[in-house]
Amino acid sequence: MTNTNSPTPAGSDATQGPVTRFLRATEIDTRLLGMVAALVLIWIGFHLYGALINGNGAFLTPRNLWNLSVQTASIGIMATGMVLVIVTRNIDLSVGSVLGFTAMIMALMQSRWLPHVFELGSPVIWITAALTGLLMGAAIGAFHGYLIAYARIPAFIVTLGGLLVWRGAAFLVARGETISPLDSTFVLIGGGPYGSVGATGSWIICALACAAVLWMIVSGRKSRQDHGFAQRPVWADTFLSALGCGIIIGATLLMNAYPWPKGIVKDYAAKNNITVPEEGLFISHGFAIPVLVLVAVAILMTILSTRTRFGRYVFAIGGNPEAAELAGINTRWMTVKLYALMGLLTGLSAVVASARLNSATNALGTFDELYVIAAAVIGGTSLAGGVGTIYGAILGALVMQSLQSGMVLIGFDAAIQQMVVGGVLVLAVWLDILYRRNAK
Amino acid sequence: MTDTKGTPLVEMRDISISFGGIKAVDHVSIDLQPGEVVGLLGHNGAGKSTLIKCLSGAYQADAGEILINGEKVTIRNPRDARTHNIETIYQTLALADNLTAASNLFLGRELVTPLGMVDDSRMEAETRKIMGRLNPNFRKFNVPVSALSGGQRQSVAIARAVYFNAKILIMDEPTAALGPHETQMVAELIQELKREGLGIFLIEHDIHAVMELCDRAVVMKNGQRVGTVNVKDVTDDDILGMIILGKKPPQAY
Ligand SMILES: Nc1ncnc2c1ncn2[C@@H]1O[C@H](COP(=O)(O)OP(=O)(O)OP(=O)(O)O)[C@@H](O)[C@H]1O
Ligand SMILES: [Mg+2]
Repeated sequence: MTNTNSPTPAGSDATQGPVTRFLRATEIDTRLLGMVAALVLIWIGFHLYGALINGNGAFLTPRNLWNLSVQTASIGIMATGMVLVIVTRNIDLSVGSVLGFTAMIMALMQSRWLPHVFELGSPVIWITAALTGLLMGAAIGAFHGYLIAYARIPAFIVTLGGLLVWRGAAFLVARGETISPLDSTFVLIGGGPYGSVGATGSWIICALACAAVLWMIVSGRKSRQDHGFAQRPVWADTFLSALGCGIIIGATLLMNAYPWPKGIVKDYAAKNNITVPEEGLFISHGFAIPVLVLVAVAILMTILSTRTRFGRYVFAIGGNPEAAELAGINTRWMTVKLYALMGLLTGLSAVVASARLNSATNALGTFDELYVIAAAVIGGTSLAGGVGTIYGAILGALVMQSLQSGMVLIGFDAAIQQMVVGGVLVLAVWLDILYRRNAK
Repeated sequence: MTDTKGTPLVEMRDISISFGGIKAVDHVSIDLQPGEVVGLLGHNGAGKSTLIKCLSGAYQADAGEILINGEKVTIRNPRDARTHNIETIYQTLALADNLTAASNLFLGRELVTPLGMVDDSRMEAETRKIMGRLNPNFRKFNVPVSALSGGQRQSVAIARAVYFNAKILIMDEPTAALGPHETQMVAELIQELKREGLGIFLIEHDIHAVMELCDRAVVMKNGQRVGTVNVKDVTDDDILGMIILGKKPPQAY
């Protein structure tokens, strides 16, 4: 076996422009570039709007971007699952309501039920509550999946029903009350000054992440070499390594640039007998725990979707359900498992979202299904099935959350926010259609 | 010739299956010996694909039984068929368009690393090997099969059926989309597999290909079996008469 089987015939390189050649060599897809460009435009747009119209450009500040990262976590976690659901040509409209319901159950366990059994503040409480939330999410998802796969009710209907049922159930269990506060350890999963890993922790994570990027590129080269496949040019791999590490280091610097608020610092200093100097103490937030949860979920979901049989079957079902069945894949059972996974991620999202607010309200998660679906679609998941990526969905979540936070920041009211989100969803699908037509 | 045979590799007895009142297959019996190619002929909608789908596990017959090496078996799904070493090239090819040739070839039977992760590099290498044998001009290993031509897709489907050491091979119009050169290669492949002792059901509309490749031919019409003939005892006109008019020549049984 030789390298003659490279995907690009050598001769055609000369006729392509330098940009095309660059993209080919680095294997960066243009769609990803488009998303990054959209994100950058949105960020600059909001910043300038704030600066010029309101006289205060607050978007591109460490504080806002740190908050943005925390707010993206909940939607992002669910979006990674929604990608796979949409890839199999299904949909899940119930995630917002399931999030609300599981968050409510977890809140009730922490503040009402479990304190009767265990001592207040005992770690058993928050761990039991969180695990129950995850399992309950998975069970609800599996039930939806069962109705879709075995009772043959369309996913749209099952989850539309679920949207109403679970929102109603969330109201019933707490009679519409807001349940708070939550366990003090549990709320760390939602972020905040104490729920962040600080400067040192962030640098450790940064170093590990950079090492992982380099390892992936080197082992990728080695694997291609072992099998005699065409290699990426060395300069392209060098560029990708530098880009990956650059982004990671930049994110770390940014997160570390946002200090704890003065009040919290004073509090912390008092508790730990530190004297705060005249000019104040600069204690970095660093990466927030929910962001790290999102990153972990993203990595696991990427491995699941690209490196395991489960992921392979998800894409096969999306590409051609009949072929998947004929290849011996139990497509119905796959559907149940997939919805259970979606439910599990929704439960995890409920942990993050309620922990961030230190409460569960009856409205928690309302409209999340739209944000999550929009995130997946903006991230390149095709509603026709068979196509989608986890990293795309997370970028999509970041785009949606940037829009949302940006509008809040510059003072658009809720009505306009809704209209923009709705419009963006439709626009994203239209752009996707145009993109695919041109790619053909 | 019938009385000299041993236990058939496959015997399908009295198979019937209907779809909402239409009898797609109506009490049809066929059998297959090791190293034999049995042609399955008939007009469009005669029930050929439906019959063999009962063997490949895509459908379950309403009535009738299937014996493999003389033993009665139940084939409930494609997985059951695969455990009996039955491989099928479907008329629709049954490829997932969004996946690469290698992913399709190994679909449902992925090669995995010791950690249980799918081993794409090894699957691609294996795919390159088998495609080198079947269709040396094939180059498109890194693109989804939707980007392939009809014939290239067909060679992926053929490769998938051949790769896993089938004992029983079902080919539903395997050369429908192929050029003359590729068709010739499939004909050679069939003869090679036959020498290796595989039994092959071949659904084929080209009567000349049937005369060249098949030992026996079974003709179906409106879901029923018109008759079976030893190909070397009849002319192509005899077979055409069976297909078009349902007329059974004296040599048929
Ligand atoms: N899944 C199905 N549902 C309903 N009817 C079906 C189904 N599959 C096949 N049929 C019907 O059964 C009959 C036989 O179809 P089949 O596909 O077996 O024909 P065939 O002999 O393979 O034809 P061709 O040469 O066109 O491939 C046809 O009348 C067809 O309409
Ligand atoms: Mg057919």
